[in-house]
Amino acid sequence: MRDDLAGLLWEGLRETLYMVAWSSVFALFLGTLLGITLVVTEKGGILAAPGVNRIIGTAINGVRSIPFIILIVLLLPLSRLIVGTTLGPTAAIVSLSIGAAPFLGRIIENALREVEDGKIEAAKSVGAGPFTIIFQVVIPEALPALIRGMTIAVISITEFTAVAGAIGAGGLGSLAIRFGYQRFRTDILLGTVLLIILIVQLLQWSGDYIARSIDRRRCKNG
Amino acid sequence: MITVTNLNKSYFTRSGTVPALTDINLHIEKGEIFGIIGFSGAGKSTLIRCLNRLEEPDSGSIVIGETVITELRERELRLARRKIGMIFQQFNLFDSKTVFENVAFPLKVAGYTKPEVKRRVGEILDLVKLDNKAGSYPSQLSGGQKQRVGIARALAGEPDVLLSDEATSALDPQTTYSILELLGDINRNLGLTIVLITHEMDVLRHICSGAAVIEAGRIVESAPVRQLFHDPQSDTAKRFAGIFDFYKSGQHGNIPERAEKEVVLR
Repeated sequence: MRDDLAGLLWEGLRETLYMVAWSSVFALFLGTLLGITLVVTEKGGILAAPGVNRIIGTAINGVRSIPFIILIVLLLPLSRLIVGTTLGPTAAIVSLSIGAAPFLGRIIENALREVEDGKIEAAKSVGAGPFTIIFQVVIPEALPALIRGMTIAVISITEFTAVAGAIGAGGLGSLAIRFGYQRFRTDILLGTVLLIILIVQLLQWSGDYIARSIDRRRCKNG
Repeated sequence: MITVTNLNKSYFTRSGTVPALTDINLHIEKGEIFGIIGFSGAGKSTLIRCLNRLEEPDSGSIVIGETVITELRERELRLARRKIGMIFQQFNLFDSKTVFENVAFPLKVAGYTKPEVKRRVGEILDLVKLDNKAGSYPSQLSGGQKQRVGIARALAGEPDVLLSDEATSALDPQTTYSILELLGDINRNLGLTIVLITHEMDVLRHICSGAAVIEAGRIVESAPVRQLFHDPQSDTAKRFAGIFDFYKSGQHGNIPERAEKEVVLR
């Protein structure tokens, strides 16, 4: 491993971005499934199934109440099963995805719930079925809120990767602990912090930009 | 055209069962514009929403045309709803879709091909005089324009019946009249049966032939509109007719009906 500041930071950055990108993809996929299921199965929902709703809700609360660092340890056997190792960024993606999915599920649930019942009724009144309503009405109507929520979630995943770094995931978090904390390399500590701040700012800025441009298209053109 | 027999509907709340509709019987002829009038909370909204089963009645039957609505299963109900348009007080347009896409939505649901959708949306936007707004989003429209889109969306699939759930209640009087004129035109030109609920006697007077008065979930009077005005029987109808007299004796004074209409149309 290279020992100079720039080299270390570059490698840490690459690992962090790799973890954030893939964990976000998987967590978004799982979270979207959870969020949609929660909304449609609730009492009075378009595919009401209160039992299913309660089971998923309880499971989500369960996973969310475990501190993330402990969740990673609990999920180590699963990482070994799926990617063959418990160390490194790829192994961390397993825990990160599963750890963040319930959080995303709640965020997506909230965004979808914002869509007025009246719009859903209007869709029902012309004979639309549940899938048409979800994919052609509810999701497009909630899109700006969905993107704002997802931005929050991806930023949380970035924070989680730094935590995962403490127990062998690699990335900027690991760099900060191993060099900045254990070897008193203040320059590396500051460098990692700056890079993480930069990543978070960029994510927030892009999320806001996309959400705002959708809002603007729906409001001001024409 | 529409026959409702012994319809009942209750809501279950924590404090017990609240009857919303009790023993409703109605008959509406094909091509008629039929009003349902009552004060807030009387159950008129529940009644109209039972007609396309946005609300599930507890018992009784609803027949529209040849179809027994109350006996349909989910999939059949969806097919039947394509022939029952509905417009709403809050318009309920899809903000994520343009005017064109809003009106195209029911057609896509019904499986029209792309060229058919394009032709039909053009036709119907022409009818509601919004052909120049096809590319706009709902947030760029006025209340009256939004309701015209609502009407266009409800009529796109060529329904036999149009349900109007307080469709003019969120609009100012002038816009209300222009929407009522539009509904009247549609009724005459397309032979569409219209059921509308309202708490405004003026709306009844302008466009309905017959009406039912609903009070605490029961129909207390059902008569031609003229009779409701001149010889109201129920308390609700008397109060409505009274409100209207008071209104007429005020600013609207002695303006003859035709002149008033012209003022409004401009």
